[in-house]
Amino acid sequence: MPESSSVSLRVNGAEHSLSIDTRTSLLDLLREQLDLTGAKKGCDHGQCGACTVLIDGRRAISCLALAVAHDGAEITTIEGLADGDAAHPLQAAFVEHDAFQCGYCTPGQICSAVGMLDEVERGWASHVTDDVAAEPRLTAAEIRERMSGNICRCGAYPNIVAAIEEVA
Amino acid sequence: MEPFRYERVEEMGGAVAAIGAAPDAKFLGGGTNLVDLMRLGVERPSVLVDVTRLPFGQIDDLPDGGLRIGAGVRNSDLAADARVRSRFPVLAQALLAGASGQLRNFATTGGNLLQRTRCAYFQDVSTPCNKREPGSGCSAIAGEHHNHAIIGHSERCVATHPSDMAVALAALGAAVQLVGPEGERSIPVVDFHRLPGESPQCDAVLEANELITAVDVPPLAFADRSLYRKVRERASFAFALVSVAAALDVVGGEVRDVRIAFGGLAHKPWRAQAAEAVLLGGAADERQFAKAADAELEQAEPLRDNAYKVELARSTLVRTLLELTP
Repeated sequence: MPESSSVSLRVNGAEHSLSIDTRTSLLDLLREQLDLTGAKKGCDHGQCGACTVLIDGRRAISCLALAVAHDGAEITTIEGLADGDAAHPLQAAFVEHDAFQCGYCTPGQICSAVGMLDEVERGWASHVTDDVAAEPRLTAAEIRERMSGNICRCGAYPNIVAAIEEVA
Repeated sequence: MEPFRYERVEEMGGAVAAIGAAPDAKFLGGGTNLVDLMRLGVERPSVLVDVTRLPFGQIDDLPDGGLRIGAGVRNSDLAADARVRSRFPVLAQALLAGASGQLRNFATTGGNLLQRTRCAYFQDVSTPCNKREPGSGCSAIAGEHHNHAIIGHSERCVATHPSDMAVALAALGAAVQLVGPEGERSIPVVDFHRLPGESPQCDAVLEANELITAVDVPPLAFADRSLYRKVRERASFAFALVSVAAALDVVGGEVRDVRIAFGGLAHKPWRAQAAEAVLLGGAADERQFAKAADAELEQAEPLRDNAYKVELARSTLVRTLLELTP
């Protein structure tokens, strides 16, 4: 027997209270119940990054997040990044640098980059940082490592790195 | 995914009571491994007890100069902690070598220790696997096992433990703090995970109704010179073929103290005590480092397709120790 539970989320600034099957992933809730289809279902196993959104400002894999466990959270999806008609700087940079081909991974890439740049801002090191105790400097190698949770099957990586470098 | 009831607990007693009330209940941390395994049909709990809102989200200084890491501390927050980065860089490096930025943001300290093997047969419910279905057989022994164990495996299971963090914690002599119906207890990380033996379904020694509350890392002055080196099949976001966590204290060209653990070689993080014994008091040079590696790897029993791991482990350890030598 399916079990249901209630959950309240603030998504891109709007409050939503829903009754959901406890098995519902945050990704399915966004796509199937709120019609926010920007976040994509790629592998549904946390390996591709296409479903990346921001949960309370941190980049997250929404396919492995049970919606019920994030009751009260503030969610930002690709649909919530623009400021009215003005694209988010990373959205503009992705267009400017032709940082995609088919576009399927792009919402996840951009949400991931937003979260990643915030992590750098807070001084977080990465696997390729020489001295983990020091403040990191955002080189192209750092961007590639930090974005390794986002796969692009079209191979637009050089332009994705260029777009992020422009905004960093 | 099978249906399950969701329960959120906000204090420790409630968590232990909730898990004890249903025999197949599971604790939910970040969910980055458990939810995936539920989707694959490998895990089928009837109740999930969400422990992420328990007051275990802090990293506290211990009176002896060590650190108490709350079980709910997220992997990314632990790697970002200034005390960890300066006093125990091997731990920060191990965390940063694992998973992806998104997964580290939600994976917890307790959950990282309890993550399951990534053996493909364990994750595939259509194949026999003694860890998933005791008595059904091991598909990996005669199958695809190039990234399986070379030390401490059994005829029942040749899987490896996938955690990077746990390898650093094993080298640092950390201890897991547990609470259960009988009260609290503490288990060294090196004794927390177990070898498969006759019961590979048990990854660790904790009881089904015990909860990890924290991990204590004791002070280790020379750990400010420590390294985690991970060898894998791609540059990022992959599990280790072999990894080494090491801290080395060299005075006047001699090894005064040393801590070494391997990942990717066994069903548990492998503390290299034989290698440490060879190194203590000896010259800090390549010849001695190779001798120490050989002493540890003497016990290796590679499978048909993973003998390469012996040489890989040997050279990774030598290279790591050389890098740590002033």
